[in-house]
Amino acid sequence: MSFSNLKSMIKSLRQQKTLADERSLIQRESAAIRTAFREEDHFMRHANVAKLIYIHMLGYPAHFGQIECLKLAASSKFIDKRLGYLGIMLLLDESQEVLTLVTNSLKNDMNHSNMFVVGLALATFANISSQEMARDLAQEVEKLLSSTNSYIRKKAALCAMRTVRKLPELHYYYLNPAKSLLTDRNHGVLLCAVTLITNIAIAQPSTQSDLKKAIPLLIRQLKTLITQGYSPEHDVSGITDPFLQIKILQLLRLLCINDVASSELVNDILAQVATNTDNTKNVGNSILYEAVLCILDIEAESGLRVMAINILGKFLGNKDNNIRYVALNTLNKVVRMDTQAVQRHRNIIIDCLRDGDVSIRRRALELSYALINQSNVRMLTRELLSFLEVSDNEFKNGLTSQISFAAERFAPNKRWHIDTILRMLKVAGNYVREEVLSAFVRLVSHTPELQAYTVQKLFSALQKDVSQEALTLAGLWTIGEYGDVLLSAGSYEDDDQVNRVTENDIIQVSEKKSVHVTENDIVELLESINASPYANTVIRQYVLVSAAKLSIRFGKTFNESQDKLRWLITSYETSPELELQQRSIEFTQLLDMPDLVDGVLERMPPPEIRASILGGTASEAKPVGNTRSITDSSLVDVLGDESPSVGNGSGSAVAGGARGNAHDLLADIFGTGESLGDASASSSVSVGANTLVHPQEKSEKSSVTDIMGLFGQAAPDGDESEKASEEVKTYTAYDANGLLITLTPSPDESKRNIVNIMATFSATGLVECEKVNFQAAVPKSMKLQMQPISNTTVGTEREETQLLRVMAQPLQHIRLRLRISFQVSGRQVQNQVDFSELPSDILK
Amino acid sequence: MTQPKIKSKLIKDVTQLVLSRRTKMCNFLEYKDSKIVYRRYASLFFICGVSHNDNELIALEVIHRYVEILDRYFGNVCELDLIFNFQKAFSILDELIIAGELQESSKKNVLRNVSQADAIQDTEESQESITSIKSR
Repeated sequence: MSFSNLKSMIKSLRQQKTLADERSLIQRESAAIRTAFREEDHFMRHANVAKLIYIHMLGYPAHFGQIECLKLAASSKFIDKRLGYLGIMLLLDESQEVLTLVTNSLKNDMNHSNMFVVGLALATFANISSQEMARDLAQEVEKLLSSTNSYIRKKAALCAMRTVRKLPELHYYYLNPAKSLLTDRNHGVLLCAVTLITNIAIAQPSTQSDLKKAIPLLIRQLKTLITQGYSPEHDVSGITDPFLQIKILQLLRLLCINDVASSELVNDILAQVATNTDNTKNVGNSILYEAVLCILDIEAESGLRVMAINILGKFLGNKDNNIRYVALNTLNKVVRMDTQAVQRHRNIIIDCLRDGDVSIRRRALELSYALINQSNVRMLTRELLSFLEVSDNEFKNGLTSQISFAAERFAPNKRWHIDTILRMLKVAGNYVREEVLSAFVRLVSHTPELQAYTVQKLFSALQKDVSQEALTLAGLWTIGEYGDVLLSAGSYEDDDQVNRVTENDIIQVSEKKSVHVTENDIVELLESINASPYANTVIRQYVLVSAAKLSIRFGKTFNESQDKLRWLITSYETSPELELQQRSIEFTQLLDMPDLVDGVLERMPPPEIRASILGGTASEAKPVGNTRSITDSSLVDVLGDESPSVGNGSGSAVAGGARGNAHDLLADIFGTGESLGDASASSSVSVGANTLVHPQEKSEKSSVTDIMGLFGQAAPDGDESEKASEEVKTYTAYDANGLLITLTPSPDESKRNIVNIMATFSATGLVECEKVNFQAAVPKSMKLQMQPISNTTVGTEREETQLLRVMAQPLQHIRLRLRISFQVSGRQVQNQVDFSELPSDILK
Repeated sequence: MTQPKIKSKLIKDVTQLVLSRRTKMCNFLEYKDSKIVYRRYASLFFICGVSHNDNELIALEVIHRYVEILDRYFGNVCELDLIFNFQKAFSILDELIIAGELQESSKKNVLRNVSQADAIQDTEESQESITSIKSR
């Protein structure tokens, strides 16, 4: 019942109505073919293998035909060999044992008198050769590389390429023949030769110096291609052999990377390609694209680099999605190096956010993140916020994190920062990561002057919408924490407040009437959030804590709203959620302890960056207020904020000044100020990653203190005592002219790539040192932050300290250049020392 | 997973991904460590995988080259030509690309090579039918 030939089987299969019918027909046919194979039916072998290959293509098992394919390949007839090798290529792969049986057929056929038989053997080898087979046939392939027949030469070149990919150590067989193929006049051979050489250079980088000698030849070949007139055989829409042009460009790129001398050789030809190639068709653009990749990768002239980025800029305006896609992709790769050049195409990149193609939107989005800087942060953030409203949900989490990060880094002022985050929370409050939320909470608590504003905004936002989780959480926390501020601010709500709001371009306020918030309004809001369908466990936890805090923020007199709050808290006493139940009972108990409750639920101190870095002695030596402002500025430092922190007490102003000095010094040491700017720009990504990590650690810590609200200050103390018990080693950095400076390094607790170095100053002579100015610089690969010195006059009685934070890679050896200037008994001393005694394993 | 299983999963995944693309979208998509480049001709999709460093635009041209040659060979190629003559489609592909690399940039050469090989096959076939008639 088996079909007599392939055609009738295909016809019959196509007539089957259902998949089940097709499957049963194939099962019957496979069984018949299997029987025929077992009976060694020579006449039907060809037809059966053909049928089986078709069955395989439909996705059904056909492995039992492997041996029959080998038999066909071993036949003397071309018709059998052709099908046999096709079957081998399709049914076998390099992982299979049977493959070793093919080696012998291949070896025979590679020496066949008919070039098409040799061609079949070479194609099979090139497509499926294993390591073992490559080793066995390496020499046959080498022989064929110098065949007089171009049909065989080109195929042999690709076989050689396969061998080199499998066994790089065999490259020596092919290196010289491959080089001589570069002068071949046949385009096919030339194409394969360039491919082979590219693969040798990749598999065996040691050959590159030798292969570089071929650069002038490659340039000549490329030049011929672009200057040659119309050549019908290799023409693709008016361009001569784009395939070969691209292969040559790829090889040139590979050979010129990190090589100034070679790059110089190719500047001219690249400029020619970039200017002379027709950019109206995909073919031309594919060559331009390759030329751009080459220019950007090698040590090309700066003019050429600008040209390359402008080509990509032009690509962005192309109607063809594909061209825009590759442009965005490539710009993403170079934006870190050439930010300015890419900035010029910013508007068109922003336009791509509205593209119909999600792949293009995604690339454009990544690129716009990288483009945000101090001067365009308002404009770009506005674009991103409006994109946030319409963007695909998969983008939202990333977008909110990036907006928050950009706002944190580049905010022109706190008001703008808060407005931006508020709008973000309103638009996409369900797509906000926890660390973004806690960064906002930290921002609010560090901005006392805008707390009233923020809490009002959040209050009215929540009255309208409680469906955005992060907005709800931020609102609950803020209202709980600053409930008293909300109440008092509401009472003197005035026109001024409202005007300022409407002036702002980010936040639109629907009601202009002056709002007076009462205790009852707040309680009702809490209740409605608690009862809303959006309330989840976390939201309920926040409600609970908020209610507890509010009960001491409100007036002490017993009234209706107090009663409602108490009811809200006790309603969770039987909650099946353990955490809620426990808190509910604890808060109820606590609220009945009048002498304890105020202390426990009082306003949280602004969350600090782990102050444990200051170590035992130092933190004791400082007054509390001072510590706080220093923490502020160190926060600003860590976040890489270039703008001086706005009015945060005198301490931070000093810090800013000291930092300015340090910058100048760095600029002195490393040459121009610009280069410093570059360095910091290029490393901005890593800073970004760090900032994202930081708030999270903080959030863990603060959420513990938040939710429990009980042991607020106890935790850091514990940390410090732990810290003090660690062994510390001290190094002397400077000891002359009556001043001793020692450095005490300790790895940062929260960040693994940071070392805190405490510099301790003490006067060794009998007189004090005045106007001590201590500056430090690190190599470009590291980053340094400095706190101001605790006192610029180092007395004879006490030691002064100054903290340095160095951010470096693990195991990187930390080297410091120190500049010290001070006055001792009226004499000005200035010294510079290099310090590299820190153990390199300090960062693990 | 064994090689054939990986292969069939890959075919399944990529087919789904490509079929779910809308016509306005670009012809590239990322799949695991590589990029998929595809092009649609009427009801037929031609799909290839390239590595991350490869030039996607020229990959489209390679696909187009293959389709042009098929068209020239079959004369106004259609889906049925490829189904009933899949061996020929493979032969043409093997003359254009081996080991994943383009080996011939001239359409004329590819077509000439395939038809010469076809001629050898045809001679053998006619001889075979003659001998089988004689043997009867």
